[in-house]
Amino acid sequence: MSLVEVARPKLSPARMRPRDVMRVGAVGLRTRPLRAFLSALGIAIGIAAMVGVVGLSSSSGAELDRTLSALGTNLLTVSSGTTLMGEAAQMPKDAEAMIERIGPVEAVSSIGRMGDVKVYRSEQIPEAQTGGIATYAARLDLPATVGATLRDGTWLNAATERYPAAVLGSSAAQRLGVGAVSPDTQVVVGGMRFTVVGVLNPVALATDLDAGVLVGWPVAESRLGFDGHPTTLYTRSDEARLESVRQVLAATANPEAPNEVDVSRPSDALAAKQATSQAFANLLLGVGAVALLVGGVGVANTMVISVLERRAEIGLRRSLGATRGQIRTQFLAESLLLSALGGGGGILLGTGVTMGYALYSGWPSVVPAWATVGGLVATLVIGAAAGLYPAIRASRLSPTEALSAP
Amino acid sequence: MIALTDVSRTYPGGVAALASVSLRIEHGELVAIVGPSGSGKSTMLNVVGTLDRPTSGTIHIDGYDVSKLSDNRLSALRATTIGFVFQSFHLAPKVPALDNVADGLIYTGLGRAERRRRAAGALERVGLGHRMDHEPHELSGGERQRVAIARAVAGDPRLLLADEPTGALDSVSGAGVMELLRELNASGTTIVIITHDREIAAGLPRQVRMRDGTIISDTTAVAPEPSWPAETGVPG
Ligand SMILES: Nc1ncnc2c1ncn2[C@@H]1O[C@H](COP(=O)(O)OP(=O)(O)O)[C@@H](O)[C@H]1O
Ligand SMILES: [Mg+2]
Repeated sequence: MSLVEVARPKLSPARMRPRDVMRVGAVGLRTRPLRAFLSALGIAIGIAAMVGVVGLSSSSGAELDRTLSALGTNLLTVSSGTTLMGEAAQMPKDAEAMIERIGPVEAVSSIGRMGDVKVYRSEQIPEAQTGGIATYAARLDLPATVGATLRDGTWLNAATERYPAAVLGSSAAQRLGVGAVSPDTQVVVGGMRFTVVGVLNPVALATDLDAGVLVGWPVAESRLGFDGHPTTLYTRSDEARLESVRQVLAATANPEAPNEVDVSRPSDALAAKQATSQAFANLLLGVGAVALLVGGVGVANTMVISVLERRAEIGLRRSLGATRGQIRTQFLAESLLLSALGGGGGILLGTGVTMGYALYSGWPSVVPAWATVGGLVATLVIGAAAGLYPAIRASRLSPTEALSAP
Repeated sequence: MIALTDVSRTYPGGVAALASVSLRIEHGELVAIVGPSGSGKSTMLNVVGTLDRPTSGTIHIDGYDVSKLSDNRLSALRATTIGFVFQSFHLAPKVPALDNVADGLIYTGLGRAERRRRAAGALERVGLGHRMDHEPHELSGGERQRVAIARAVAGDPRLLLADEPTGALDSVSGAGVMELLRELNASGTTIVIITHDREIAAGLPRQVRMRDGTIISDTTAVAPEPSWPAETGVPG
């Protein structure tokens, strides 16, 4: 061979196969598994928090949708408010009949609250009278209108509404210590023994009933001194014309003093509650994002240390023919693998938490696909960002200096 | 195979590790580079191996003018043409010998199966056919260096550069490694070995002796050992 240049084939580095990129990218994870695990854990916690928050709020949203579609959103409630003087207002006795005449109204029912009628478990222990329990006269079609269901026993009927028979709301039953209904279960209402014939499940669209003791309208008038004025009216209307019903409802219920009547749509209140918890979920989401960011910093830190410690390996690889780009690719791949492992683990964890909690609460469990995909994308973006600088540093090392590193 | 013309390498700070060195090494040679510590041996091996670029002068390796090649092309040259053996083995811990050798071929673009096939062949060649599954910590120093040599030659490079390959070995293992390098040379590989060991150097056909960044003698073992023993100061 001579000093004179002879024609030599053009040199060009071989491309690394994707599998080999993964292989060299996994070297650091294999040699330092604990460190890899811990720095992936940081990412996992962040992703799990975010996926969990999104999953839980979606699941509770799905539960709300399910509840609302079961309960219907066409219930409007009319209650007697207060007069201008601040006293409790009264609706006329025929308010129910007036409302029934509104075209789109499909059903009306009502209750009348008896503020001065106390409830006791028995005469012997009047102290057990439990604050917060209210007594209501109720129409027979009340459960059908508000969507109430019985946990135990039966609802009032044309016979029992004339006799001392009572149906307890769910929390009232709990406070009065009434579990199952039997023929000799009794409570004292207004000084009189009433037989408990039924206990309601919680009523989502009429939560007032939960803490109530319901008796028939006739028996309330004849035995408990009820004046016959309804205090709350429940109406179901054609959903499409709900707004127009709503506008005339107050004036129809109490033509003389429409401003003394409050009209509300209970399903709106449920949705509003959901919206507040959504705001809280957003806050948690922010916390998750911060955790993710911290996890990303952890990965970056691991990568910087990895590059420092593995200078000799980098030098060796350069001597074996690795280009700068291939060294860069190796460390970028390592960082991506690290955060992808964390992200994958986090998604599993977040989904698991969501499913567990939803199962526990009896909700449908929903983890939206966008949350999973978003989690993975965020993970990869973080991995790339965390690995970029260390990878570039690794690739810029001079082979001789790298080789002489301890 | 190697042609250095007026090659200098000055480190930042003014240390002239190589001062206008010219040297030719033909195909198939087996050359020892000797000299006291700090005389520029490693620096020369690094520029020959294209791991480092000279400050001035030209270098031809296997017919390529190295100064005209980009970093990527130099990497390709190392992947295909040059094998390195270092004093400190540089084996991946907890990785079996076979994979240590096979992974050395990743940058040649060969598939994994072929890499492992060649690695097995190279390990057979260095006499470690029975140690393929052993991890570095299960091997003696001499065996580790053989694995490193297998890795260096698995890709059939035309040039093998070894920087004190026996420096970390006892004399028996060292002799074994030298025997292996001689065999590889006999099968056609050009080999340049840096060594401190006078005996080892004396046993090689050609010795290039350096001091203070220059070549002070370039001889062959066939010639009656001239001023060799007297001239070497403290090895190390
Ligand atoms: N990276 C470096 N930076 C500065 N000086 C260096 C560097 N590497 C080597 N040197 C100096 O260059 C000279 C030659 O070093 P080297 O080639 O390693 O010698 P040898 O291998 O013969 O012991 C020494 O004086 C050494 O201190
Ligand atoms: Mg040296």
